[in-house]
Amino acid sequence: MAEAPPSPIDLLVIGAGPAGARAALRAQACGLDVLLVDENSDAGGQVWRPLPPGFTRAAGARPSAEAVQGDALREELSRSGIRCLFGHKVWNVGSSLRTDLIGPKGVTSWQPRALLVATGTTERVVPFTGWTLPGVIGLAAATILLKSQNMLPGRRTLVAGSGPLLLAVASGILKAGGEVAAVLDLASRADWLQTLPSLAGRPDLLWQGVQWKALLRKARVPLLYRHGIASVEALGNGFRVHAQQVDMTGAPVAHAAPVAFEADAVAVGHGLVPGTDVTRLLRARHRYEAARGGWIAETDAQGRTSVAGLYIAGDGAGIAGAAAAGAHGELAAVACAHDLGRLTAEAHSRERDRLLAQWHKPARFGRAMAGLMALRAGAVASIAPDTVVCRCEDVTRAEIDAAARDGARDMNQLKAWTRCGMGPCQGRTCGDIAGALLAAHAGSREAVGCFTGRAPLRPVSLAEVAGDYTYADIPIPKAAPL
Amino acid sequence: MSDNAHSSAAYDAVVIGGGVMGCSTALHLAQGGMRVALVDRGPLCREASGVNAGTLTLHMTRAALVPYAMRAWQMWIDAEKWLGMSVLATHVPGLTLAFTEAECELVELRAKARREYGAPIEVISPARAREIEPGVHPGLLKAGYCDIDGFASAYLTGRAFRHALTAAGVDVLENTPVEGIDSGDAGHVIRFDGAASRPPLQATRVVLAGGVWIENMLAWLGVQIPIKVLINQLIITERVRPVMRTVLSVANGLLSLKQFANGTVLIGGGWQGEGDRERGGVEARPQNLVGNMRLAAYALPALAEARIARIWLGLEAETADAMPIIGDVPGVPRAYVVGSAHSGYTSGPFMGRIMAQHILGQQPELPLFDPARLLGMPMPGA
Repeated sequence: MAEAPPSPIDLLVIGAGPAGARAALRAQACGLDVLLVDENSDAGGQVWRPLPPGFTRAAGARPSAEAVQGDALREELSRSGIRCLFGHKVWNVGSSLRTDLIGPKGVTSWQPRALLVATGTTERVVPFTGWTLPGVIGLAAATILLKSQNMLPGRRTLVAGSGPLLLAVASGILKAGGEVAAVLDLASRADWLQTLPSLAGRPDLLWQGVQWKALLRKARVPLLYRHGIASVEALGNGFRVHAQQVDMTGAPVAHAAPVAFEADAVAVGHGLVPGTDVTRLLRARHRYEAARGGWIAETDAQGRTSVAGLYIAGDGAGIAGAAAAGAHGELAAVACAHDLGRLTAEAHSRERDRLLAQWHKPARFGRAMAGLMALRAGAVASIAPDTVVCRCEDVTRAEIDAAARDGARDMNQLKAWTRCGMGPCQGRTCGDIAGALLAAHAGSREAVGCFTGRAPLRPVSLAEVAGDYTYADIPIPKAAPL
Repeated sequence: MSDNAHSSAAYDAVVIGGGVMGCSTALHLAQGGMRVALVDRGPLCREASGVNAGTLTLHMTRAALVPYAMRAWQMWIDAEKWLGMSVLATHVPGLTLAFTEAECELVELRAKARREYGAPIEVISPARAREIEPGVHPGLLKAGYCDIDGFASAYLTGRAFRHALTAAGVDVLENTPVEGIDSGDAGHVIRFDGAASRPPLQATRVVLAGGVWIENMLAWLGVQIPIKVLINQLIITERVRPVMRTVLSVANGLLSLKQFANGTVLIGGGWQGEGDRERGGVEARPQNLVGNMRLAAYALPALAEARIARIWLGLEAETADAMPIIGDVPGVPRAYVVGSAHSGYTSGPFMGRIMAQHILGQQPELPLFDPARLLGMPMPGA
């Protein structure tokens, strides 16, 4: 990479999920020279996740609707002839949008005229005692196990948290032959009923939800609304999960009778946080919007950020769901084609209006779901002092509070004083929760800001970056002053 | 001193710049009995003082600054005693490595220059170096060795100083950008950015401690001294198994390598990234990352397997003669400047102490570095 100049291309798309893949296809159709990059082995992202390399579907097994959609997308991509680099990590992006990758054959560097970020989301977990125990996993992780590897998280799994993944995971476990100890939902029945108008445009999803609930009822799975996990206690080969009733903010209700369940796996998730690693690294303007997942890059309706040539599409731009992501990706692609002079103003505005119409209904539904998954202040406030918040660096809530009392008022000072967010996940797991904890001292999420984006975007080894070399190959600068 | 400088808002001294040198100056002034405010446009020690490699080494300190760095080294090691909180300063030996004949000569030359100023640096054989640091590359030809070495966790600097400043009664004004200073016979009036919505501060004395921004600060007082800005790249690994127990450098000083108690390994050495005084550190230069990582993994082969968790940039200041600027602002009564020392973090707390001793009318333990020498001196290579 140091030696070879970066290869010039029109558009580099990071992430081959619904948003990124549709964007790449659309941009190519507009005449752009496109490179599509993903760290997974094939396109599909989380929702249309490909089978791992070497896996095949069992003969006679009926593929799910998502598998069918994913296969169709992968087929379309391979027919399109779009250059795809799968199994490649983007580890750095420069302000010229130069994008540095690491793949099986080492490092390469590309110089696109435009960069489209379609990196989706990270799952959020509001920490509780026991959340770092092996066997306690995310709802999204459970989804991957079920969809991609056809594996159960455990023999008997407790499912907890918020949002539509709760029912998806619980029914997925039942269908795969597992047991579900209980489903604990932070939301109330009324919270769900409020999302009904947004479902009107998606009768298919409404019907899916009804089927999921019927499956749970048939299996006599307890479904507890307005309940969350208080703690998970290791117990022989399994866990005892202590559940508690919560109020609308997610805070425990005093004097409510305790409920406990036994399980050998726990799948828990409290919504999704948009991936802002690249947009923060490039210092695009961001704003805090709880109902869309938290900090998001400021964009127009077509995903143009405040940085020239940088676009973001799909859930990474604010949670709106997989169904809306494809249209959002295409919106960003046509904006990019127009900005690069490949689409006339007239053709662009026609395409934009058509795609916005196509995006509207699924986005309305996706945003209603995102609202259900939004971080609840009371849930954060009730995290116990000795609970680990940053699991890379073992930073507890008490340490975060102590740093705030010592005068830390923004996320970067908090990071420095506690090491919160300094580990290999770069704050993707803890950042949103730590931000909420610090905001309680500093006044608001806006006031505390977010962690400055830093390379590498994914951990990379020195050996991977350094490559093959001898001492004479090291371009040692002249000596420091004597 | 006029009467209005004695108003309730007046300070004996206002220090502008909340890095190591500003914090140390403010602390020592307050301990000397003055009423002091410390002002910074951002949070305490979030620029060079909080993001540098934390190396406390004589190998990389400029030879003439060795006596200062040795006193400062002791201050860092004793931080808990005088700051009330440690910065995890750790005493380990330091080695500078030579892998070529030219580097052997450089190691001898640099060791000799520092010995003349009192640094206990000797040149040792590869066999002896491997006894001290078994992990070094087998191609080692010679090494400079110094027992007085070590490192601190620079990210804790602001937190430790905050404890001490608060205890000493210093008013700490963070996130308060200064717009300008009006100086006259009555003292100094420090005006703030409109966004700070804060009335001006009255001060009998003002101390400029702004690192690479000292050039701009001096301009408030009508004084022009060029300050060069270095954009240093830093690399840290995730927590890994113990792979080293010293501070390592190479002959020409362009590597610093140490493993903290938490297992992370910090790779520095002043490799340059993109940025400037106005925008700060903007981004790393990939070819310099590759060079720095190759050098680190060459010096300590076990490091190759470690994964990089984070790369960032820190700004370092340099004057025209690469010596610090510590003393009276030329032509402006009761205005002082402290900063721009090479390896400024290492010697920072001591530089603040002698600045304060001078302002308090005491004899500084070691001589200051008169800013007047830099007036009209062009920046080399500019």
